[in-house]
Amino acid sequence: MSAEQMKLDIVISGVGGQGAILASDIIGKAAVLEGVPIRAAETHGMAQRGGSVVNHIRLGCELGSMIPLHGADVLLALEPAEALRYIDSLSDDGVVIVNTQPVFPITVTSGGDEYPDVSEIVDVLKSNHKVVAFNAFELAIEAGHPQAMNVVMIGAVSNYLPMGKDLLIDCIKGMVPLKTVDINVRAFELGRAQV
Amino acid sequence: MNTREYMLGNVAIARGIVEGGAQVISGYPGTPSSEIIDTLSKMDNRNFYVEWSVNEKVAMEVAAGAAWSGVRSVVTMKHVGLNVAADPLMTLAYTGIKGGMVIIVADDPSCHSSQNEQDTRKYADFSLVPCLDPSTIQEAKDMIPYAFELSEKFEIPVIFRPTTRISHGKSDVEPGEVVEDRPPAYFEKLIDRWVMLPKNARVRHPHLLGIQDGITKELESSPWNELTLSDKSDSKIGIIASGIASVYAKEAILNIGIDVSFLKVGTYPVPQGLIRDMLEHADTVLVIEELEPVVEDRVRIIANETGSNVRIIGKTGDFVPRVGELNVELCENAIANAFGTGEKTKLAKSTVDVEEMADMASIELPLRPPAMCPGCSHRAVYYAMKKVFGNDAVYPSDIGCYTLGVQSGTVETTLCMGSSITLASGIYHAGESRPICCSIGDSTFFHTGMNGLMNAVYNKADITVTILDNRVTAMTGHQPNPGMGKTATGENTVDISIKDLCRGLGAEFVEVVDAYDCKATEEVFKRAKEYVGTSVVIAEQACVINARRMGVRRKSYVIDVEKCTGCKQCVKFGCPAIEFDDEGKHAKITALCTGCGVCAQICKFDAISEVEK
Repeated sequence: MSAEQMKLDIVISGVGGQGAILASDIIGKAAVLEGVPIRAAETHGMAQRGGSVVNHIRLGCELGSMIPLHGADVLLALEPAEALRYIDSLSDDGVVIVNTQPVFPITVTSGGDEYPDVSEIVDVLKSNHKVVAFNAFELAIEAGHPQAMNVVMIGAVSNYLPMGKDLLIDCIKGMVPLKTVDINVRAFELGRAQV
Repeated sequence: MNTREYMLGNVAIARGIVEGGAQVISGYPGTPSSEIIDTLSKMDNRNFYVEWSVNEKVAMEVAAGAAWSGVRSVVTMKHVGLNVAADPLMTLAYTGIKGGMVIIVADDPSCHSSQNEQDTRKYADFSLVPCLDPSTIQEAKDMIPYAFELSEKFEIPVIFRPTTRISHGKSDVEPGEVVEDRPPAYFEKLIDRWVMLPKNARVRHPHLLGIQDGITKELESSPWNELTLSDKSDSKIGIIASGIASVYAKEAILNIGIDVSFLKVGTYPVPQGLIRDMLEHADTVLVIEELEPVVEDRVRIIANETGSNVRIIGKTGDFVPRVGELNVELCENAIANAFGTGEKTKLAKSTVDVEEMADMASIELPLRPPAMCPGCSHRAVYYAMKKVFGNDAVYPSDIGCYTLGVQSGTVETTLCMGSSITLASGIYHAGESRPICCSIGDSTFFHTGMNGLMNAVYNKADITVTILDNRVTAMTGHQPNPGMGKTATGENTVDISIKDLCRGLGAEFVEVVDAYDCKATEEVFKRAKEYVGTSVVIAEQACVINARRMGVRRKSYVIDVEKCTGCKQCVKFGCPAIEFDDEGKHAKITALCTGCGVCAQICKFDAISEVEK
């Protein structure tokens, strides 16, 4: 594979606790096993406590981990509001993969803010970008556990990655708790079929 | 064979520490530095000593003691931690060390998790201690063994300064060889080195100045500085970038596609010879660095010394911001503005604007700030505190998860570690007549809160000190502290009683309460408020995340919709597990519930109860 073919900039956005870091770790480990240079940036510390989180992953990159504004090829959004919040990280011809299950922030649950209509969010995303929208939370439940939502999303994005499906599944098997391996493999397959 | 590994920056730094043969590692947790010791303390077959110290000054001195005994040592902290450890640092530069000593100070440009964004390179300059500034995670790992050698060659500690994007970035990393040579510890009694009496200090200061030229020459030829002169003789554009900014600048130069001479700087003192070469090849030099103009000022001095007329810009001329972290587009803009290549930037090319898009559909995105966890005991304590002290009181606070309680109106100051009790004392002694109730976490109390309490008691401050004792250093990733009976490596040790400690510091009113017991907590606060003098309330309850990890399981709670009147009292409590059902006009408890039971005590209509199974 040429360096140019390996190049892919992915932004993963979501809510602290949804497993955005594990999602980016699966891609990262697979990339290293495939011999693809990789850089990633993560949200730790203060921002983790239920806050908005964003991870950058750059495949085929040997420079900095931060994807330039309007530079991402894929925006993998684990939550619909967090897709719109980070939409300007995506390039004009980039694709948004979005989980349509909302997570209400504290400003909505105990503040006065309102959560926008999810279909409206998706419509806005569609007005400028290619969008793959589906409820990954429900697919995770179908796979066996709602926490596998992040792996459903990895399955969906796997169609765009320069690594083989089997390698990704091997990485997932090695990185999730032993008793959840089957659930996560099912979650991956359900996600992969969405694109 | 592919031997590369996918590593977090701080894990790579920990690997560098092992490769460099460190024998004593100490530190105090602080984002973004904490995972370095977290990684080392969890390693199997450790052939080094590692500890979480109670604060950065203590940690620095532990590492210095080891280095004075001839072994390699490391101390880790975040940038503001170096303020606490600045006292030993400034004189350690005079005494120097024997075994190599690396001071790891992680900077946080943009204040991702910090109260300021000070630039540690200024401390390096101030203390005359050399500093290494990595641009990639691989380089961060590789710099540590080098830092030990540099440290030993000049018998001076070396500052290593990663930033958030190094420490919390990830990359493929090629591991290196581990230094196997471990010298035995032997404290050589060098009185004129280790006893900084004035007569000795007067000798060591000129010595420190005297070794600067040698250090500068050594760093000049290190692999961390790299000059690439443009091969086109007509290009007079020079760009100098340091640390992580150098990879952003490189990408920006590639994106714009201009021909430049480029100098990457990774060491302080800066490479003077390379800068002089750059000045000879350029008519304008743009300096790109995060935060302070450290390199830029030095380039200007060198230009002045050599009589160069080169135009030097960066922070000067407002091309590069002095606040916040940099990124590729900021570098593209700086280069475009400096050299007139503006229309080529990606930023200018995009047609999509997020605000425009949202406006189009009149969507207003709700903010998603970080919040205290469902079941967090701090929320319960703040609730009782506010109920007793009311709006007509002053609430100084401190640094930890509980700072997130700023929304509950009980966090009215956050200055630095341990400052809640001292600020409260000052506010009292100023003559403020309203009641003063401050809050501080267990780890922050051990860090520098203790001194403040002793001072408050001694000087008769009439304040209430609330110690939010969640039995762990939670915010930075659940590191053990002296109140837990566990060391960094999980060994059992003495469990230091905060109650006895407060008594020992002279406090006479010291009461301990279960933070989940609202009524009892309110009663204690009432007594503390009435007490004349320094009263201490210790609210105990394990951090809800840590409790779960330790196997604590509680039944969750549920709303009886028949009894719920929709008064929203529980919703206003602010627990993320409680929502309001607008259609049914009643509260509901979601799957996030951890079973603390505080909402059931708050409800006036007895509408919340434990799930029966």
